[in-house]
Order: sequence, then C-alpha cells, then structure tokens
Amino acid sequence: MSKASALTARPATEPVHRLHLPQKLRNLELFLLLIACFINASAVVLVQLGALGELDPTLVLLGAGLSALVISLHIVLRFVARDADPFILPIATLLNGIGIAMIYRIDIADKESGWESAAVRQTVWSALAIFCAILVLLVIRNHRVLFRYTYIAGLVGVLLLFLPLVPGLGQEISGARVWIRVGSFGTFQPGEIAKIALAVFFAGYLVRNRDSLSMVGKKILGARFPRFRDLGPILVVWALSMSVIIFQRDLGTALLYFGLFLVMLYLATGRLSWVILGMGLFLGGALIASQTLNYVNGRFTNWLDALNPAVYDAKGGSFQLVQGLFGLAKGGLLGTGWGQGRPEITPVPQSDYIIASLGEELGLAGIFAILALYLLFVARGFRIGFAGQDDFGKLLAVGLAFVVALQCFIVIGGVTRVIPLTGLTTPFLAAGGSSLVANWIIAALLLRLSDTVRNQPRLVV
Amino acid sequence: MNRELKRVSIVVMLMFVALLSSTSVVQAFQADNLSADPRNTRTLYDSYQVERGAILVAGDPIAQSMPADDDLKFLRTYTNPELYAPITGYIPINGEPTGLESALNAELTGNSNSQFFDKISALVTGQDPKGAAVEVTIDPVAQQAAWDALGDYTGSVVVTEPATGRILAMVSKPSFNPNLLTVHNNAEVAASYEALLADENDPLINRAIRSLNPPGSVFKLVVTTAALESGSYTPESTFPNPTVYTAPGTTSRIENSSGGTCGAGETVTLATALRLSCNIPFAELGVELGDTAIRETAEKFGFNSSFNIPMTVSESVYPRGLDDPQTAQSAFGQYDVQATPLQMAMVSGAIANGGVSMAPNLVQEILAPNLSAIETFEPVERGRVMSEETAATLTAMMINGVQDGAASNARIDGVDVAGKTGTAQNGSTDPFTLWFTGFAPANDPQYAITVLVENGGGMGQTGFGNLLAAPVAQKVLEAVLNK
Repeated sequence: MSKASALTARPATEPVHRLHLPQKLRNLELFLLLIACFINASAVVLVQLGALGELDPTLVLLGAGLSALVISLHIVLRFVARDADPFILPIATLLNGIGIAMIYRIDIADKESGWESAAVRQTVWSALAIFCAILVLLVIRNHRVLFRYTYIAGLVGVLLLFLPLVPGLGQEISGARVWIRVGSFGTFQPGEIAKIALAVFFAGYLVRNRDSLSMVGKKILGARFPRFRDLGPILVVWALSMSVIIFQRDLGTALLYFGLFLVMLYLATGRLSWVILGMGLFLGGALIASQTLNYVNGRFTNWLDALNPAVYDAKGGSFQLVQGLFGLAKGGLLGTGWGQGRPEITPVPQSDYIIASLGEELGLAGIFAILALYLLFVARGFRIGFAGQDDFGKLLAVGLAFVVALQCFIVIGGVTRVIPLTGLTTPFLAAGGSSLVANWIIAALLLRLSDTVRNQPRLVV
Repeated sequence: MNRELKRVSIVVMLMFVALLSSTSVVQAFQADNLSADPRNTRTLYDSYQVERGAILVAGDPIAQSMPADDDLKFLRTYTNPELYAPITGYIPINGEPTGLESALNAELTGNSNSQFFDKISALVTGQDPKGAAVEVTIDPVAQQAAWDALGDYTGSVVVTEPATGRILAMVSKPSFNPNLLTVHNNAEVAASYEALLADENDPLINRAIRSLNPPGSVFKLVVTTAALESGSYTPESTFPNPTVYTAPGTTSRIENSSGGTCGAGETVTLATALRLSCNIPFAELGVELGDTAIRETAEKFGFNSSFNIPMTVSESVYPRGLDDPQTAQSAFGQYDVQATPLQMAMVSGAIANGGVSMAPNLVQEILAPNLSAIETFEPVERGRVMSEETAATLTAMMINGVQDGAASNARIDGVDVAGKTGTAQNGSTDPFTLWFTGFAPANDPQYAITVLVENGGGMGQTGFGNLLAAPVAQKVLEAVLNK
C-alpha cells in the first residue's frame, strides 16, 4: 500500500520499483504471453502427433487466431490498463489453451470434426470470451462504477441463477437443471455469469452494511454471535443456495455461491461467528438434503464407497468417478504424454472430468503445474485485495479470485475424492462457453482492479 | 480487512494443499492398486498394446502372444492348453484374468516396478515395449506324467521338490482350454465361459490350490508330528485297542475303517496305528494331545494361512476351540478339518526336507525381453516344523506304511517310497475323497507328491485311497525317477 502510494508520488521514470513501471509490466506480460502461446501451440502439435500420428493444419490456424486475439487483448491493456497485473492474462491464456488441446485430443478419440467438434466450439467460445474481456476493459474504466450498480447486480445474479427453471427455456442435462437453450447455438449456463454479478452485489452490499453486520449479540459457548435481527442476509443467501440444491439439483453451484458469500461476509465484518453460523447452516441443509434427496444421497455414497462393486454398478453410481481415478492412476507421475492415454473411457472427459484427462496424459507433474497456475492466478487476485485502497475493490477482487479457487477445489476435489463429486466446470480448462465467458470476464475485472490499485491515490469509500 | 484476508489466504492455501495431496495419493500411492483393479479397462487395453511376455516351461512357451490382425494387435495363445490351464489361467479380452496371467500381470505386461527402467530405456531408444517372460518351476515330464496318471478322475496331482518348495507338477482335472476364452470375440468368449461355468465338475477351478476337502487319514501325519514333537510319545507308545471308541462327553461312536480292532492285541502302538491307518488310536491320541497342540503343529505346516505361489492358495483349515469329541474326529482329518492338495504336499515336503517347511513356489525367473533375468526366485524357508529326528522317525513310519501297510499300492521296485493314504468322508452318503501324500526316494527325497481324487473316483463310498490315489502317485513317481 505504501509502495503504491509512494510510486504515484514519484516521477514514473525513476527506476526504483522497476516492475511497477507500466512499460516493463506490459513487456513482461507480452513475454509470458508469447511463452503461453508457444506452449499451447506445442500442446496441439503434440496431440496431433500423439493421437493422429500426423500434422493437421486446421486447428493450428484456429490456435493462431486465438493467439492473435489474446495479443490484441494485451494491446488493449497497453492503452486502457497500463498498470494491470502482468501474470493474469498469460495464466488465463495458458489454461485456456491447454484446455482446448485436451478437448481436441478427446475429439480425435471420439472421431468428431467440424462444428460437432467440441474443440472448434471451444475455440470459438474462447474468442467470444476474450472479446467480452476486451469489452469489459474498454467499458469499465474504473471499477467503482460497479459499486453504483450493487443492487441491480444482485437482481441480475438471482435472475440468471433461476433462469433455467423457466419452463421452455431451461434444459436438464444429466439430472441438473442449470442450462438454458439458446436457439440452435447450443446451451448456456447462466449460473456461471451469475457468480460475477453476485460477487459484485455481495461486495457492494457488504461494504454498505458492514457496520450493522459487525455488531455482536449474545455470547453462546464462548463465541459471540451476530444479533438476531442481522441474520436476514445470510438466511436469504442460504435459502437461495438450498433452492439451487432442491430445484436445480446442483450441489456444486450452491456450495460455490454460499462459500463465496461466507468468505466475503467474513472479510467485510471480521467476525468468525458468521463463518461458523454459515457453515452450520449449510452443513445442516446438506445433511437434510442427503437424507431426503436421492441425488445428494447418491453423491455421498459414491464419494465414501466408490470402489464398492454395488455402488460402481448402480445407476448414477460411482462408475464415472472410478473411471476418472483409473485414468489418473494410469497417468502416474509423468503421464502417458499427449494423445497417448485413453481419457475418452471416462464419461464427459472434456468438461467435468478434464482434470482427470489431463492427469492421465500429463501425469502428476502436469496436475501440479496446473494447480500452481491456478494458485498463482488466485494469489494475484488476493494481492489486489492486500494492496487495494477501497474496500469495495478489495472485496470484489478477493471475491472473484476466491470464486476461482473454490471452483477448482470443488471440481478437482470431487474428482480426486476430497469431497463428494458435484458437477462444476474447471475454470478456463473445461469445455463450456458460459464458463469461459465468465472466467475471462473475471480475468478482465481483476486486470482492471489491479490497474486501479496501482494508479489511484489512497481513497476511502 | 487485511488480517481477515491473510486468514482467507491460508484457507485457500490449505484448499490447494488438499488438492496437491489428493492428486498425489491417487496418482502416486494408489496408482498400482487402481491399475490392478479388474474393472480398469485401461490396463486391459494397454496389456494388448505391448507384446505380453510368454510363460515358459523349460524354455518352451505354454502361453504366448501371437500377432493378430485386429485392433488388439496380439492374440494370447496357449500350447498344450488343458495340461497347463491351472498354471497359466487365461486372460480374456473383457474380464478378469486368472492363474499366472493374473498373478504376474504386471510383469507380463512390462509394468512391474522392477521393469520401470527398462520401460524408460525402451521409450528413449524407441523400441516397442515388451512384457517380461516368466519361466515356471514346472518339470514337463512330471506334469505330463501326473496328467496321464490321474486319468479321468476328478482331482489333482501336485509334485514339489522338498528341498526348495519348487512346484514341479500341478495338474487339476477336469481341465479346460484357455484358448476358447482369449479369442477376440466377446460373444464367443461369453458362450465358452458360460458353458465352463455351468459344468458341474467346475473345470475352471484349479483344484491343486483352491479345492478344500477333508484330508482324512493323511492328516494323521500332522497329528503324529505333534505327538512325537511333544516328547511324550514315541512310535512305540501304546493305546487301548477297542473296536468302538466313544470320546469323553459324547455318545457318537468312532470305528476303524476295517470295522474291527487295529491289529491284534489289547493295545496298539503309534507306529502300527499309522501304518494300518486306524482311526481309534488317533482319536485317543488326539484327545490326549488336545486341540491346541494339534492346531499349533498344523499351523506350522501351513494350515490356517494363505500363500501366494504367486497365485493365492486357499487357506487350509484346522478349526479353533474344539471340544474333545471334535478333537477326536479332527485327529483323523474329519470334522471341519480341510486341506488343499498343495497344503498336503507341504506336509510331505516338510517331513521329506528334514523337518523344514519350504514356501511353495511356481515361478523360477522373470526374464526381460533380452532374456536377462530381472528377478530370480530363491528358495524361501517357512520355518522348522519338527526336529530332524522326528522327521526321520516319521519317514521310517511312512516307508512302513507303503511297504507293509495301508499305502501298499505306491510301492516301487528298488526305491523306498514314504507315503500315507487317506479316505475321507463327506457326510453319510456322499462319495469319499481319496488322498495319497508321500515322497521318494525316502532316503534322499527328490519328489514329494500329493494326489487328490474327488467324488470317490467314480466309486462312491467303495473306493479308498490305496485303491485309487496311491497307484496314481506310484505311476508319477516311477516316471520322474526313471527320467
């Protein structure tokens, strides 16, 4: 914080904090971006050599187009967010590219091509998503604009969340009702966008109401709990999450939103009692759900007793989970290499299970690298939180970064049996347009926030 | 807010640590188990991508992968299929492998840990990966002799080398043709498999290591060992010699198989009781020794534990906590005592080996594709079951049993054979289970043999061990000794 303010006090040419010079930041970003594009191109080439045994130029062209688009995002940054964090864009690019390579690899195994090919669709969605990110950076020149739209964001978030329940619009896929059909274009998961809107709403709302929420009430069992009359917001979000579990049958999404809210609430108020209360509420709800809702109960059984033949063979049983584990085991430490494994054996290897597919072909080493990329991405977001000067910006940055971390944890933890498996996309990697658009917008917002953090003098909102 | 932020960062850190740990556990620590899971089709497909190693008997393949024209690249082919089926087992395209194909799957596919560096070097040099070959301890002459001698009986013959525990022959009948189960056609495989499964003689079961039967009189060797080792008995110890014996605390009557006394006289010696295989003296001896002493000796021989040879051998049973009447029955191998042929071969083997029990083993060497040995199996001692003196005494008693007793049909001219027969009951009307276990030459044991004939050898309750099982052993021993 002091460094940032010190920087603004000095002439920009003075080489004291070298990385903080906009020019250097952007050059570093360009350098990393080129490395990322190179790795992505190599991955596609290796997939072709590994799975096809020959080189096919079409997807290389698509990849080149994508690289061009990413570079143009970089150029946009040079003009509208010169001080933005230099790591966010290369990390997002790399994850996106590795995801496309793996999706392409599974297309080859499934003999899909043309518009049927998930890799082609993913590339087009990536283009769209990066375009959205550019738009966000161009339109939102200062993140505090979002503060004004707190309640609208909340309304939009809730509407998006429940859009799939509208008859005729919603689409049910493998039991969960979280998609809407968009003409012949395919399906869209509005909940992915909702998480951004809700993060904005939570940040704005909490900054406005933190004082009353920070008040403490009675002391129970040695911990001070909030006043009864302040329980409204948490109960509303809890009810929202529970209705997602009940009506949309999507445990993962519910956990994601509720976790996001709890962390932001804790950050805003500093009261651990909120977290305890919230976790109690959620666990209680989940417990009741696991007893009363078949699909939740099944998820728990699959998790705890995955290798039991009865559970494995059951309808909606642990077949997918166990096949994913087999794939990961096959990968071992170093993986089979691109195009050399059999990730297509596992159901949905390109979306929910892309991490198992990557683990099979890139091994534990590859998974560690990917987890390190996510951790770095999240850490850059948290860094904005630490260095930020306005509480809204801090909360928003940490909320957005945390949502990425939590989503990774829920989906990768589900695949590797840390927690019950719930359907969520792995950010940037998994096949799915809505997820890509949402995550690229998150990247754009973090870029914007990091730029303002470095540019703005200390302000209290 | 930064204090809270720091805490949340720690939580995020912990979340990632959890993911790093869980992926490590799955990909590093559980990987071997997951790869070995029979439901793991990746392992199966992989096993067809590399040339699976051959299983060799005296250097000749009994199972090998032949090039095939379809997706799976190789067809597993068995030579002399029925003779060697209990050893090789089979590896179907869609199902669980059995026998050595299952037990040594990692080696045969080239995925065992000891082959890791070979795999890496094959990767670097660009060679096609190839599995290791497995040389088994089977002696083709002994195997063929055992197969021929057992004829049409349902049962098993196991021949071992007493000094090393190496399995020289392992025959199980009826057998099956594993080639029927490896064709690359799911429907054909399923049909063959269903037919074999429906066969009431269970051809898919390797009786040598999986069939549990009451050992009957061959178990008297274990009881005699316990008696001699206790120090309270010698071959000349005497027992009352009635025609009917009623164990303390019961009314159920035990008789000798002859229906009369055990030889002439008011009393009978232990040596005579074993030679003529009488039940009453052993029932009396069993009650005197008590079930604990017998069980402890049986466990030294290998009862109540399972082995990997490397296929898993079913656990032979001497039950715990028997009362006197049950001990009396158990002392001549009835009640709930059960044994596999391999277990009885281990009993004979330990006596033949001067009282030291050797771990039974079927695998001689694992050979790399360039025929260098990756792993050689050295004999492993299981432990001493009895003193050398006891072993010598028992051997002499067993020689008497063959020369002048209940095992006379195992006699071979010019060679001393030590042996013991058994005729075990399976309920009041079911056919008997017939046994022979022994070794030759008695003064320098080269071969220990156990013959199991199930289902009364087709003679219901009229056949007995010396009539049906002993001649099988005699033929096999003659064949291997004249080699």
